[in-house]
Amino acid sequence: MTDTLILTPQQIIRKKAAGEPIQPDDSEMIQSHTIVVLVENSIGAFIRVINMFSARGFNIDSVTVGVTEDPTVSRMNIVTTGNSRIISQVLRQLSRLVDTIEVIDLTDTDYVERELCLLKVCYNRDSRSEILDVNEIFRGKVVDITSRTMTFELRGPSKKIEAFIDMMASHKILEVARSGRVAMQRDS
Amino acid sequence: MTYDEHTKVHPVTTGDSLPEVRPEITSTSQVMSGAEILLRSLEAEGVKIMFGHPGGAVIKVYDEMHRINPEFQHILVRHEQGGTHAAEGYAKATGKVGTVLVTSGPGATNTVTGIADAYMDSVPIVVFTGQVPTGLIGNDAFQECDAVGITRSITKHSYLVRDIKDLARTVKEAYHIARTGRPGPVLVDLPKDVLLAEAPFQYPETVNMRGYAVPEAVRPEKLQRAARMIAESKRPLLYVGGGAVSSDASDSLTELARYTGIPVTTTLHGLGAFPEEDPLSLRMLGMHGTWWANQAVQHCDLIIAVGARFDDRVTGKLDSWAPHAKVIHIEIDQSCISKNVFADCAILGNVKTVLERLRPLLDPKDTTEWLQQIDVWRQECPLQYQKDDKLRAQGVIEKLRDKTGGDAVVITDVGQHQMWSAQYFRFLYSRTHITSGGLGTMGFGMPAAMGAAFGMREIGSSRPVVCISGDGGFVMNAQEMSVAAAHKLPIKLAVINNRFLGMVRQWQELFHMERYSHTDLSDTNPDFVKLAEAHHCVGLRANTPEEARQIIDEAWEVTDRPVLMEFSVAKEEMVFPMVPAGAATGEMITDRMTPNSFV
Ligand SMILES: Cc1ncc(C[n+]2csc(CCOP(=O)(O)OP(=O)(O)O)c2C)c(N)n1
Ligand SMILES: [Mg+2]
Repeated sequence: MTDTLILTPQQIIRKKAAGEPIQPDDSEMIQSHTIVVLVENSIGAFIRVINMFSARGFNIDSVTVGVTEDPTVSRMNIVTTGNSRIISQVLRQLSRLVDTIEVIDLTDTDYVERELCLLKVCYNRDSRSEILDVNEIFRGKVVDITSRTMTFELRGPSKKIEAFIDMMASHKILEVARSGRVAMQRDS
Repeated sequence: MTYDEHTKVHPVTTGDSLPEVRPEITSTSQVMSGAEILLRSLEAEGVKIMFGHPGGAVIKVYDEMHRINPEFQHILVRHEQGGTHAAEGYAKATGKVGTVLVTSGPGATNTVTGIADAYMDSVPIVVFTGQVPTGLIGNDAFQECDAVGITRSITKHSYLVRDIKDLARTVKEAYHIARTGRPGPVLVDLPKDVLLAEAPFQYPETVNMRGYAVPEAVRPEKLQRAARMIAESKRPLLYVGGGAVSSDASDSLTELARYTGIPVTTTLHGLGAFPEEDPLSLRMLGMHGTWWANQAVQHCDLIIAVGARFDDRVTGKLDSWAPHAKVIHIEIDQSCISKNVFADCAILGNVKTVLERLRPLLDPKDTTEWLQQIDVWRQECPLQYQKDDKLRAQGVIEKLRDKTGGDAVVITDVGQHQMWSAQYFRFLYSRTHITSGGLGTMGFGMPAAMGAAFGMREIGSSRPVVCISGDGGFVMNAQEMSVAAAHKLPIKLAVINNRFLGMVRQWQELFHMERYSHTDLSDTNPDFVKLAEAHHCVGLRANTPEEARQIIDEAWEVTDRPVLMEFSVAKEEMVFPMVPAGAATGEMITDRMTPNSFV
């Protein structure tokens, strides 16, 4: 994308008035973005990033943080949604923070993403095998079992986790814990 | 997303992390207390003046100040808010970084308004706040507050110094961040134990912050594109904001405008960046801008935004603002670009540098027809007010203008008088108009004028400092008058007394059916002359245009202390023209002769 495609509402209205075509990218097409933010490894840096999102009214769908191969650097993986204009604002505001070292929008690149999910579900004699079948299909792991509940561990892209939770929803889910997405660019 | 060499945004990356580079340390080191390290760091930073107020958490700093008598002046303000505004006024008048020192808890919270004000208006100040000892942080200790947390979204950056070893480097970084790029406030929180601890002092010579980059190189292809757009345009307009002032781009701007023949309109903060008496000046645009400047915006085919951020007070309803214009945006802060208005050509960089590099790529343009059209608008609806035997605020401002010939630093508070000052003073020079624009902080004027006066004294300028306040805002920080008096600052304090919170009254009259809810100040206003005298200043009062002229002359005779001139003016006066909030810029209310005739 070039910056000429990032349109403000005012620009869209102008284009419409002039009868010019509006690209899907131009309009309010909302898309999920996976953004990696490398920050100084301090709690203040992390809070500033989160604070920027809330102070400026941007969404955070998930956020993870952890130290990197360099112990002075933390890596935040942020999943946010917005149209291209909002996302470009998010990226600019992130870059502008003093403690952010690098901001990378992975969305349009070739990257791998993983999420970890723990899910505790009730079972009985009737539902037991069906639940285990679902787990089998998703290649999850049973990490705990009692006479009443089973707890599964599932790893994979967020979409897979969501599909798994959807499939389990017909049973009685007691608890879901999701790690949030971590992502990394493939080596090209 | 866009790859921009100045930003940290990269579409692709290798996983390489940057090696940590620490600043080099200079000179031989000497062991001293944290408090002294702070003071020595400020000396090394070239600080000449600091506005502060002591308290338990910073008592050691004051103690060391007493002992070592540092090379800078400490001004004891009477309220920490006054201190922050004074630092802002100093910074805006001189272009240097303002410095504030306060204690923990209430000292810190009292600076919040000033910090927010500096953040909105991009004013470089560094605020040092005391903090409870590190061991007590989080315990709700006496006079503890989370200063860093409270100010996180209103500072450019902030620090909590937990280790005396980081103190000197933090001071260095704080000033660097405040001063460079888009300037702004930085807060440094200093726990008491860090100030009491001892360590060797070494002031770093350089800063090295891997996450903080200031745009340096301007991309030549962007300049060429801008030059092409300017060459192709028939009705270009320079729209100039505070960035042109803070980067001291006034001369470059003036040269470029005169060479190309492109007319100039400025924002409230841009006033003074281009001489308002130049035929190319359209004066201020926006909500209370001139009719002709706003008409020019609505009809131009190219807007060249120079260090401006398309604030809602400028644009009104965004989707009908400048409907025929392409936009070139020259700006140092990437986050301002295409935020409110799409930039067809964005040039990221220092405004002055960009203008200097752009100018050789341009040719003189024939804008005669365009300027003639603007002149028609100028005749259509000039700035005017009723001139009779009544004293009116606009008349007072014109009299102050006549007295100074425009060669004065004018600080205003917030309200109607602020807009009239912007409309009627006709600013000629950069850094001669100082006001609270972004936050619109009542109570800004008096202390900011004091800071500016200290600044003028420091740089050896004889330009008089004139503060124009309303009766509402003046009392919000009137306590600083005695500080200005103690330092013999010959500030001229004009209080435009309309016995109303005039600007709110105006909205009540125009948009709330004349229901003047809690805006009448006649019962609660002090006697301003006595107020001045109680603060060791001279107090004068005028009720008529003739008296106004007399007291202005009298005030200019006083050179050893501030003079307060109370101008008792008509309360019904309104600021026109006006684009109502959220309305389209084309929809200006211009009627001024019959202010009460439309509701
Ligand atoms: C601290 C603060 N409180 C409230 C406001 C809202 N406000 C804006 S202008 C104004 C009236 C100011 O009255 P005055 O100082 O007398 O100036 P005038 O408009 O009469 O010239 C008020 C209350 C503000 N800007 N700042
Ligand atoms: Mg008033």
